[in-house]
Amino acid sequence: MQTLVSMAKKNLRSSSMIIALVFIMLLFQILTEGILLKPLNVTNLILQNSYILVLAIGMVLVIITGHIDLSVGSIAAFVGAIAGILIVTYHVSTPLAIIISLLIGAIIGAWQGFWIAYVKIPAFIVTLAGMLLFRGLTMVVLQGQSIAPFPKSFQGMSSGFIPDLFGGGEIHLLTIVIGVVLSVILIFTELKNRRTQLKYQFDVSPTSVFVAKLAVLVAILLVFSYVLSTYNGIPNILIILALLILIYTFVMRKTIVGRHIYAIGGNEKAAQLSGVKTKKVTFWVFVNMGVLSALSGLIFAARLNAATPKAGNLFELDAIAACFIGGASAYGGIGTVPGAIIGGLVMGVMNNGMSLIGLGIDWQQAIKGLVLLAAVAFDIYNKNKAS
Amino acid sequence: MSEIILEMKSITKEFPGVKALENVNLKVKKGEIHALMGENGAGKSTLMKVLSGVYPIGTYTGDILFEEKVCEFKDIKQSEELGIVIIHQELALIPDLSIAENIFLGNEQANKGIINWNETTLKTKELLTKVGLSENPHTKITDIGVGKQQLVEIAKALSKRVKLLILDEPTAALNENDSENLLNLLLELKKQGITAIIISHKLNEILKVADSITILRDGQTIETLDVHGGNITEERVIKGMVGRDLTNRYPKREPRIGDVIFEVKNWNVYHPLHSDRKVLDNINFNIKKGEIVGIAGLMGAGRTELAMSLFGKSFGQKISGNIYLNGDEVQFKNVSQAIKKGLAYVSEDRKGNGLILMDDIRKNISLPSLFSISRNNVINENQEIVEAEKFREKLKIKTPSIWQEAGNLSGGNQQKVVLSKWMFSKPEILILDEPTRGIDVGAKFDIYTIINQLADEGKGVLVISSELPEILGICDRVYVMSEGRITGEVERKDATQENLMKFMTKTRG
Repeated sequence: MQTLVSMAKKNLRSSSMIIALVFIMLLFQILTEGILLKPLNVTNLILQNSYILVLAIGMVLVIITGHIDLSVGSIAAFVGAIAGILIVTYHVSTPLAIIISLLIGAIIGAWQGFWIAYVKIPAFIVTLAGMLLFRGLTMVVLQGQSIAPFPKSFQGMSSGFIPDLFGGGEIHLLTIVIGVVLSVILIFTELKNRRTQLKYQFDVSPTSVFVAKLAVLVAILLVFSYVLSTYNGIPNILIILALLILIYTFVMRKTIVGRHIYAIGGNEKAAQLSGVKTKKVTFWVFVNMGVLSALSGLIFAARLNAATPKAGNLFELDAIAACFIGGASAYGGIGTVPGAIIGGLVMGVMNNGMSLIGLGIDWQQAIKGLVLLAAVAFDIYNKNKAS
Repeated sequence: MSEIILEMKSITKEFPGVKALENVNLKVKKGEIHALMGENGAGKSTLMKVLSGVYPIGTYTGDILFEEKVCEFKDIKQSEELGIVIIHQELALIPDLSIAENIFLGNEQANKGIINWNETTLKTKELLTKVGLSENPHTKITDIGVGKQQLVEIAKALSKRVKLLILDEPTAALNENDSENLLNLLLELKKQGITAIIISHKLNEILKVADSITILRDGQTIETLDVHGGNITEERVIKGMVGRDLTNRYPKREPRIGDVIFEVKNWNVYHPLHSDRKVLDNINFNIKKGEIVGIAGLMGAGRTELAMSLFGKSFGQKISGNIYLNGDEVQFKNVSQAIKKGLAYVSEDRKGNGLILMDDIRKNISLPSLFSISRNNVINENQEIVEAEKFREKLKIKTPSIWQEAGNLSGGNQQKVVLSKWMFSKPEILILDEPTRGIDVGAKFDIYTIINQLADEGKGVLVISSELPEILGICDRVYVMSEGRITGEVERKDATQENLMKFMTKTRG
């Protein structure tokens, strides 16, 4: 019983955000009279938020190291513009254009990472400069105009769906199959983890709790894939997103690099004296952020089917808010990728829900601001109570 | 003299899960210096926080009587109004403000919100004279040493018309000279009628200045000793603190010393910011297998700088010289190379450089050694937990579990985590910088035992310490540093405090 209580306490922060997300979803499900969770709208939710979620993944790494990146929106716009010029104006093939774009993102990240990690200029200043610089450059290369339209092959990244190999008519069968396969994989990995933990004679959660938790996860996975299958199936972007979330969660939780990133944010000096190459790691965190900003820019351009000078406006703030709502600490050292994703979804569902019930953009902004403040206040209240 | 200025009656204070204080009683006479002693975690700081209103009325039970009046402090401001001022271990000065600004911070000499700088300066000068500090009131705090900063804190307390001054480990970060100054100042203030409560681990200092000593153990009052009654020795106080006789403060060991394992030749290092200032001048020394070598020296002699510059060039610039490991010349370009080749450095600044306070014990222990428990860069967390558990048992780290945040541990246990961390990296050479600073007597013994074990395993151990008895108690051979040079090398059998001190104060020219 005691382990159960201590476990619940330890997971309070992450589970409370999931509870908040479920609550917000239920609230808007009722307010919108069931529109929110309609298959069409669920698909929309994913498409609408994908580019912010991609940014949030990179941003949470930056925030864990104790920095911030204000330039991601401008970088996304700039890379979107470059992609537009390459593909639309110069007819470069889509895959090549994507590779070039991501490389440009990496170079921009390296540029900022150099100033931050090696010259030790605060990230706030470097990326504020980057925000102005790349917004300006976007307008220069686009000469103030939008570039459109993109070919189908490029648009497909954002607005396409995986093909249905089985041709199931009303219901997208491949989606269901994927859902079932993932459920099976999930059950097997969880069982395997539990077995190794028992082998090491660690405390594990009681069997009943374990089974209940697994059942809920599988149910969510199956219902989700069913909902998607009744519309157009799994969007391409969801595959990209899921892969990114899995890979980054794994890297942050299980690998040496991940541990080093947390260590730098926790105490840079102690990390350095423990053999962590603090400058190098910080540098690469910003390179990574540059690449993900570029990817976000591509996704946005593909969804809009245009490269515009206004693209990516205020993306940085949504991404940063997602991290903080998801439990990251502004002082560094604390935060998780799944947390940032949940934070992003909280923002996304609120945006979508408030639009559906016809609330103006003015009130939406105000309410989002309050939610961000409330989430962080709740976090700090919890921490004070714990100590 | 016998008038009671402060009485704390059956104070009980609980934190979630722990009783920090249980029915603690404390009586302080007017005009005396009253020492509060006890091991880390005995409840000394908690008791003082109750007294000064850091923990407000309602969060504890029991009564506080100050000058025979019952006090119910809601915050520090209220206790300060009555003349109770606490100076914390970590000084609460703002580095970029001047001495004068710091002294009158929160108590500005102002008229209708406009600060009168002339009066501020004048009053500061008066206060500085009182504490015997000859500095310009406009000097920034960053530009004066820790010893002088401590005096500024006291001047600040005096500006608040202090009647009862509480000092939490005032000399922990000070060198012998500055400590001496501070203690003399306390005696001076006593003559002026100011009562003081002092928390300290340094027994010799306490016995020099204190009139009475109250000993706490495990959150309870054990006894109050009258120093002037005579027969109060260090051993007597230790017995009260640990609850048993600690006849030997240093564990016994039969050294088995082998060949030279680590040698440094012609080591020169310049200051990281001032490239013309030589910090270390032609240092030569060696460590043998199974040997504990001490480095003695005053603050600023360059001991920590030497250790850090050797440890992957973590300090200084224009570093030159040679390092030999088992007779072969090696180079440590960065910290991870130094670790891989078998060097470990336990920093003097446990919280700032040694630990990641927000991370749990397990993560702290494994950080330098992640490669050894990983495959393809993926950490085997199960193995990590097993290893951390091993060290928790072996080093007797007092904690509910290895999932405890390092920041929640007492100083002694934090140091054990740091030692675990560097033992796990399986080094050949361990450099321990002030390994027992701010640690209570019982835990010190544990740390010495661990150091002895490491030497017995055939490792080379270098101990940097400011406490001469410690150097004499555990080292086989001692190097003495002064002004960035090695001024002497003394074998254990020849070493005395006197001859070490002679080398420590040997200056150039």
